[in-house]
Amino acid sequence: MIKLRFLLALTATVVAIHSAPAAAESIVLASTTSVESSGLLAKILPLFTAKTGITVNVVAQGTGKALDTARRGDADLLLVHDPEAEAQFMGEGHGITRRQIAWNDFVIVGPSADPAHVRGGHDSVAALKAIAAARAPFVSRGDNSGTHAAELRLWKIAGLTPDMTTGEKWYRDIGGGMGQALNAASAMDAYTLSDRGTWLSFNNKGSLVIAVEGDPRLINRYDVIELNPQKHAGARLALATIFADWLVSPEGQRAIGGYQVNGEQLFNPSAAAPK
Amino acid sequence: MAGELGEFLRIVEISIGVSLAATAIAAAVSLPMGAALAIFSFRGRRLLVVLANAFFGLPPVVVGLVLYLALSRSGPLGFLQLLYTPQAMVIAQAILAAPIMTALIHRASERAWARYGDELICDGASRLQAIPQILRIVRADLLTAMLAGFGRTISEVGAVILVGGNIRGLTRTMTTAIALQTSQGELSLALALGAVLIGISISISATVFALAGSARMAGSDEA
Repeated sequence: MIKLRFLLALTATVVAIHSAPAAAESIVLASTTSVESSGLLAKILPLFTAKTGITVNVVAQGTGKALDTARRGDADLLLVHDPEAEAQFMGEGHGITRRQIAWNDFVIVGPSADPAHVRGGHDSVAALKAIAAARAPFVSRGDNSGTHAAELRLWKIAGLTPDMTTGEKWYRDIGGGMGQALNAASAMDAYTLSDRGTWLSFNNKGSLVIAVEGDPRLINRYDVIELNPQKHAGARLALATIFADWLVSPEGQRAIGGYQVNGEQLFNPSAAAPK
Repeated sequence: MAGELGEFLRIVEISIGVSLAATAIAAAVSLPMGAALAIFSFRGRRLLVVLANAFFGLPPVVVGLVLYLALSRSGPLGFLQLLYTPQAMVIAQAILAAPIMTALIHRASERAWARYGDELICDGASRLQAIPQILRIVRADLLTAMLAGFGRTISEVGAVILVGGNIRGLTRTMTTAIALQTSQGELSLALALGAVLIGISISISATVFALAGSARMAGSDEA
């Protein structure tokens, strides 16, 4: 019984310790996986916290899930990258401001053997058509994320609706994050669509290389969305506004633009001149 | 480098803290419950025993999902504001550990009750008073139950990532950190963290087991 009492005392201590950071000024930021797994947030958040004392707790999800999290009231601020889903979110009255903070681009990556012969191209839609025609393996996020939405838009422009359930075994919907999709593509020698930030910081590329880039249709915009206080009264919106304002401020924009991996800039700050 | 070490230690601290807290809470429920299920006979007892055993295989991700919906600010327990906190992870893991611990304790208590039950009642103890007596008799099995509960919680990822959100420095545990490292293609780092997880979990279990073993030897005269 002594052991039990000891454990209970320990519990009280642990709970007390862990309550501390949550009690300090903090917000929950629902963000896309790409800004988290590219390392951007880990780099810029300490600068913000040092300046304001506000802790930003990042819950990294696909854009679709992040928007749902905010709809349910479980986030105080959004950082996402799916223009259409964001417009719908704003239309429903959940958001009050939507500001672009940065852009980069998507790339189609694939095995260096390049079975669909698309490497070096700049036309993403033509590349997808070629991949489908060659029935070369293609990994889809399939998770309702911003990158998944971008992929589906490209298929739509290509006039194709690949679906593994109808026997198109080359199209592999993994239902996972960007890193999982890249791991899968690397393991299966498959093509996939990736945001450039995650691609550059990803460390298990295997034989994967960039196949297609530089198509204007591959622009990837990141927006910060503040929530509507009339719908989300419980949220810590005043603190969220301080962070949103910081992201678009010259200081925040410099921090975003200054983030590099292996000498390459991952995000282009674009609050002043949206792309 | 110091920052990375600090972050790593914080991850270990959160993992162990959450798992210990969850195991302790589960124990507070399971110990009396397991013994009571052996000692008292009442309608529905059989069902509870079956449920406790069936919930061995409770899928963590389902527990996580149900708890997520309950703790969400638009859910029934949203006013508690517990989603994405270590406390939410403790609750999820306690729910996962409790059935295992209850079932193990019940099984041991049942044997002890069959053997010493009449004696305890003859000594004038009520059935309620017999609960601590029985738990005392089966104390070695309590340890097994605690370790099983701790093992279930420290190694779990599906529930804690849903209700904890894998927030750096707040709810990032060893298992969710491994999932994150893997998703960033940092496979060797993920593997290293996995080795640490195994090492820590084995050392804690072995230490507790050894300590209890020596305690059992020391207290063997009184049994």
